Amino acid sequence: MDNPVFHIEKLNFWYGAKQALFDVDVTIRPNQSTAFIGPSGCGKTTLLRCLNRMNDLIERTRVEGKIALHGQGLYAPEVDVIELRKRVGMVFQKSNPFPKSIFDNIAYGLRIQGVNSKNDLADRIEASLRKAALWDEVKDRLNDSAMALSGGQQQRLCIARAIAVEPEVLLMDEPCSALDPVATAKIEELIQDLKKEFTIVIVTHNMQQAARVSDHTAFFYLGKLVEFDVTTKIFTNPANKQTEDYVTGRFG
Amino acid sequence: MKIRDWRSVAFTGATGLATFCIVAMVVVILGNIVWDGAAQMSLRFIFGGTSEGMFDAQKAGVFPMIFGTVALVVLMTIGVVPVGVITAVYLTEYARHESLITRVIRGAINNLAGVPSIVFGLFGLGFFVQFVGGGIDKVFFGGQLHYAKPALIWAAATMAVLTLPVVIVATEEALRAVPHGFREGSLALGATKLETIWKVVLPQALPGILTGAILAVGRGAGEVAPIMFTGAAYYLAHLPKGPTDQFMHLGYHVFVLSTQSPDIERTKPILYGTVLVLLLLTFLLNLTAVLVRAGIRAKLRAANG
Ligand SMILES: Nc1ncnc2c1ncn2[C@@H]1O[C@H](COP(=O)(O)OP(=O)(O)OP(=O)(O)O)[C@@H](O)[C@H]1O
Ligand SMILES: [Mg+2]
Repeated sequence: MDNPVFHIEKLNFWYGAKQALFDVDVTIRPNQSTAFIGPSGCGKTTLLRCLNRMNDLIERTRVEGKIALHGQGLYAPEVDVIELRKRVGMVFQKSNPFPKSIFDNIAYGLRIQGVNSKNDLADRIEASLRKAALWDEVKDRLNDSAMALSGGQQQRLCIARAIAVEPEVLLMDEPCSALDPVATAKIEELIQDLKKEFTIVIVTHNMQQAARVSDHTAFFYLGKLVEFDVTTKIFTNPANKQTEDYVTGRFG
Repeated sequence: MKIRDWRSVAFTGATGLATFCIVAMVVVILGNIVWDGAAQMSLRFIFGGTSEGMFDAQKAGVFPMIFGTVALVVLMTIGVVPVGVITAVYLTEYARHESLITRVIRGAINNLAGVPSIVFGLFGLGFFVQFVGGGIDKVFFGGQLHYAKPALIWAAATMAVLTLPVVIVATEEALRAVPHGFREGSLALGATKLETIWKVVLPQALPGILTGAILAVGRGAGEVAPIMFTGAAYYLAHLPKGPTDQFMHLGYHVFVLSTQSPDIERTKPILYGTVLVLLLLTFLLNLTAVLVRAGIRAKLRAANG
């Protein structure tokens, strides 16, 4: 198949003395969406945050093993973390728009990348809001505070903010966990669309969602990768008994 | 009634009495100052100087002291806020929280807050006036005396050191109150740490930082001991022309009036007037800062929806 975006091999991760990931191997392919599933505390967020090195922000963490982005080691000393995060965007489980206007929320990342002209900003903000299926709801109130939006709108704003800077990969940590079914459906639709442009990695607790939006699925248990395969296989004919129990809801 | 009830009544009475005593004391003190001080108030008193008779209630004024106090507080604020904020930013955003250095710095800040203010005065004399000022003179003026003497700038610097812990602690609290998600959201977009702090964290922390500044101003306006050796003058014929001149100060003036007057009865009205002006000035400085903060809070609230 085509060249992988991320190649993860024998990845181990520690929070202080506590090991959270054990010899994880996963390959993330371009323009596909990959889902991480597994019970709470199995290390999905940890692995996701290794991909844009957000874990660097947590004190006393340690990584061993290999993660390569297009063949380039992610934790190599010459890697510029700031540049990496521009290429690998992230949407957090808890939506976190800035306490600024809707416009400024999206302009923030663009300005950091050097987009300053009013017209460019306006164009790209509109484009990203359209992609995030939020434009119609906010086009008349771009100068209002983002905090006044509903939870689902805030999450879509965060998605718009992340895709406005045109990353290559979009990491999404349970983007729908706080949303109602309507907003969830909108975001799932959005993911299908976004796949054309971006590579998506999504963490979810919702099995149907994983089945609907992802091409590949990785199932984790207690920090170990149990099974990684195309989504249809994981959900219809998993190789591992634990996987089968989990996806059918007979777990634990 | 049962014994328990008696105890409870007695306890309520005791605490109530204590509260009443404190309130009564404040009322008596303030009432006394306002009452006797108001008698001395006049435009001549506020805008006049001391050249025609420092200890004569009919002739003395306090304008030079008002000027000196305001100049001191403004310079002090200009000095302490940036240093305090930068220190707090380092401690909360950059330093490793459990590291020995961080703990040592924190301990030092806490100890600094407990040092008696007269010690700051001596420190200011030794460090700012003699060491820094003397150093400047040696290096730039060939040993001629320009900086190695008590001056407004050294008094302000000393006062800034004195109020530093207040600003640092208030800023640290304000920074810690900014949700972690904002920082992560910014960093995940490829912002540098500095951009994140500058554009996302500090604007949110601004009201808290101003609270620190307000507390510092309140403290700085009233302290006398730190400036006695570092810049305040007993008497000056002119207003200070620059930061290297000495200055007169309301608090120090109170000290001078009450210890140096040849006839305390005739000086008393000036004393009351000066204290009242000092109180009003502190109140005004605080009020300004509180209003600025309220403005910023309102703006933030608008942004926070
Ligand atoms: N900052 C941290 N410090 C210490 N341990 C942590 C930290 N974050 C996570 N862990 C631990 O690492 C393990 C994996 O956590 P992680 O957040 O990756 O799980 P998860 O699969 O995302 O769970 P959930 O579905 O509940 O979000 C857990 O045992 C957790 O307690
Ligand atoms: Mg998680």
